[in-house]
Amino acid sequence: MELFFDRLVVGLEQGAVYASVALALVLIYRTTSVVNFAQGELALFSTFVTWQLFEWGLPVGLAIVVSMALSFVGGAAIERAIIRPVGDASKNPLAIVIVTIGLLLALNALVKWIWGPEGRTFPKIFSANTIEIGGVSISYQALGILAVLAVELVLLYLLFQKTKLGLAVRSVASNNESSSLVGIPVGRMLMFGWGLAAAVGALAGALYASQLAVLDTTIFFQLLVYAFAAATLGGFDSPVGAVVGGLIVGVVTVMAGGYIGWLGEDLKLLAAFLVILVVLLVRPQGLFGKKQVERV
Amino acid sequence: MSAATESRRPALPRDRRSLVVRIVVTIVVGAILLYIPQYFPRFRIEGQFNVIITYAIAALGLNLLTGFNGQISVGHGAFFGVGAYTTAILVADHDWSYPATFVAGAVLTFVLGLLVGLPALRIRGLYLALVTLALATVFPLIITRFSDVTGGTQGKRVPRVRAPEWSGLQDDQWKYYVLLGFAVVAFVLVRNLVRSRVGRSLIAIRDNETAAEVLGVNLSLYKVVTFGVSAMLAGVAGCLSVLNEPFVNAEKYNINLSITLLVAVVVGGAATILGPAFGAFFVVFLPEWLPKSQPELSPVLFGGALILLMIVAPGGFLGLMRQLTGWAKRRLRPPSSDPPTSGTEEALASA
Amino acid sequence: MSGDLLEVAGLTGGYGPVQVLRGLDFGVAKGEVVVILGANGAGKTTTLRALCGMIAAKGTVVFRGSSALGRRPDQLVKVGMAHVPQGRGTITDLTVEENLRLGAFTRRDGEIGDDMDQWYEVFPRLAERRDQAAGSMSGGEQQMLAIARALMARPELVLLDEPSLGLAPIVTQELFERLGQINRDTGTAMLVVEQNANLALDIAARGYVLEAGKIVTSGSADELKGDEAVRKAYLGY
Repeated sequence: MELFFDRLVVGLEQGAVYASVALALVLIYRTTSVVNFAQGELALFSTFVTWQLFEWGLPVGLAIVVSMALSFVGGAAIERAIIRPVGDASKNPLAIVIVTIGLLLALNALVKWIWGPEGRTFPKIFSANTIEIGGVSISYQALGILAVLAVELVLLYLLFQKTKLGLAVRSVASNNESSSLVGIPVGRMLMFGWGLAAAVGALAGALYASQLAVLDTTIFFQLLVYAFAAATLGGFDSPVGAVVGGLIVGVVTVMAGGYIGWLGEDLKLLAAFLVILVVLLVRPQGLFGKKQVERV
Repeated sequence: MSAATESRRPALPRDRRSLVVRIVVTIVVGAILLYIPQYFPRFRIEGQFNVIITYAIAALGLNLLTGFNGQISVGHGAFFGVGAYTTAILVADHDWSYPATFVAGAVLTFVLGLLVGLPALRIRGLYLALVTLALATVFPLIITRFSDVTGGTQGKRVPRVRAPEWSGLQDDQWKYYVLLGFAVVAFVLVRNLVRSRVGRSLIAIRDNETAAEVLGVNLSLYKVVTFGVSAMLAGVAGCLSVLNEPFVNAEKYNINLSITLLVAVVVGGAATILGPAFGAFFVVFLPEWLPKSQPELSPVLFGGALILLMIVAPGGFLGLMRQLTGWAKRRLRPPSSDPPTSGTEEALASA
Repeated sequence: MSGDLLEVAGLTGGYGPVQVLRGLDFGVAKGEVVVILGANGAGKTTTLRALCGMIAAKGTVVFRGSSALGRRPDQLVKVGMAHVPQGRGTITDLTVEENLRLGAFTRRDGEIGDDMDQWYEVFPRLAERRDQAAGSMSGGEQQMLAIARALMARPELVLLDEPSLGLAPIVTQELFERLGQINRDTGTAMLVVEQNANLALDIAARGYVLEAGKIVTSGSADELKGDEAVRKAYLGY
């Protein structure tokens, strides 16, 4: 039983990171209807920036914040320069898939070109100690990562529900043309959506690398698949769904890896794949998503 | 109306002329294709031209699914890998002959394609891309998991194919001609398929499922069978890849292969017959042409080129060619042709 | 032509290579209601889309003394031109109140709440449904919402694209009465595009008749009502 709770905590800790990347995916999907295959590598790039800032002597917390700000600008620039010229994602899904895959390849290669292919040790953000709660020992890292996720979610909620900017972004997500007629600069809102997603991804990347204590160019692709599973489970248009989905995917994969000996640590990803497949077959809109109306 | 018929009349001899041009081009290209193994050294044949042919066949299959039928797969590398492992395991461990394994690989990947195609009926557009991407990511992990059968990351060596005495060819040349033969057959079959009623149904489904269904197209059947045929072509290409390079390991069939095949389709020109061949040529040779002084930089440029292509010429290489020839024809058209007619034609075409 | 608020001359435009508008001249004066009549496909919607920057157009469009061509719809809202599109364009996922707040997106003053109360008074149905998703309301209610939302920007000119489309006759009548009242109370100018000529001419000062992308007749509302051809084609008697 103790092992079960240990695994539950580890699952939630890993799931919090998946949830964070899934949030970024949802932000972009909601605003621009793009499933961003480059989200993982965007986070990779941001995390290397964080690492670089840390190496230059910034405290790790500040390094993350600065990297998030830079990522915001980068994400917004990518929307303007690369995504918008391709046109409507729902009309030409293949072109948008290829563009984000091109971005994935380019960003991954860019990181290797700038920082070299070798892995780096990434600083621990939280103390390595553990705390005993009801007989279960929980690491400060697990608590810290979950707390960061909770704060992130509250801030995003306030942004979208309580501010004029958030309302405008939601309006654009619902209907571009009508939003423009109301006086909303639609283009700037799309850039904001991508920028915000990149910043959220930067934070997730730092948590991920801190969790693993290493940073290298190969690990973020798997993170993307887990985040896909999380977003699919929660519903691609629901931020709350992304978080719940992320936590569930984290717990399910850790449990599957732990209890199903046949799977083991290496095949945990198979569990994530099955989550994606089963959800899309049984409930394509996910747990919290709105039912898609068929476009004719 | 009368102006349109008049301007079309003198076009008849031009049609005949374009037929002659087509025949000449086919003969020249055919001759070049046959001459390639005589001219290039062995490492180019085995390392590049034979690889191009296998990629072209796989991309041909993927194009049928993604280009013509609109089902985006970022996972065809997995079917390619299943074909490759079928041949490798049967030849190396069970003493099968290569040709027999091709049949086995084709049947197996066709069935697998049907199985993946069934859930794909309920999953559309970007979601299908996501599922197939996850499938391709999981595939090498499964291969590694069953390493006692597959050889895992260590890989598996397969007995080489020798050119028969009577041919008087080197091994690499012989393999080239065998692969080329398969490719020509595959391209002709797909061309005939696409130009038939079946092909028109595939395109109708891609452009508007509901309308296609109203016209009496059996959506589920077409989509699932297309997935099967598409997977089969990728699988056979995988079998043939082992004929060329008798070695398999888990890393060869990772997500990058799937991405490469999809890139070949769109770079050549989605929903064109010959596009995959051009695309396969491009993905194999582009790294050669990129600056060698900074080897780390070339994948950056590759990704960048891909993005640029989708923005500038979303129709790929063949789409671009068509645009250019269309533009040239309009420029070269004699001034006597009636401008309002061509204007409405354009309007109709763009509608 | 006569219009110190909006002055349009030689307006052409369309979709891709298809030219719909073939040189329009018209105008709207401050506080005036002007109606453009025309059959389906005459180019009424295209005219409004060209005015507010939704499609590429050529010619001259002067709004409040400066050129409006080549500007985006959101930029034009900022200088006082609001557009209630065909099909209403309410953001169906958002609530009534959120839609109204969006209407004031370009404003920075502190009277947004007061304006909202004012329009809730004019359209009490909206007040009842303020927390309901806009998409769950009837067509007539959504049309009211779209108009109230446009007015939230405090525009000088509102472009209305077939406000009667898809509404029951009684609802249409009520809608036009409200529009006339709003025009009298606030002095907001309106350019209304309509097939339903009777009601539109009742509230309008002047009108134009559009056929196949060209203006074929123009005059005061009374002149148009008296015109034989207009009566036959658009008034039905």
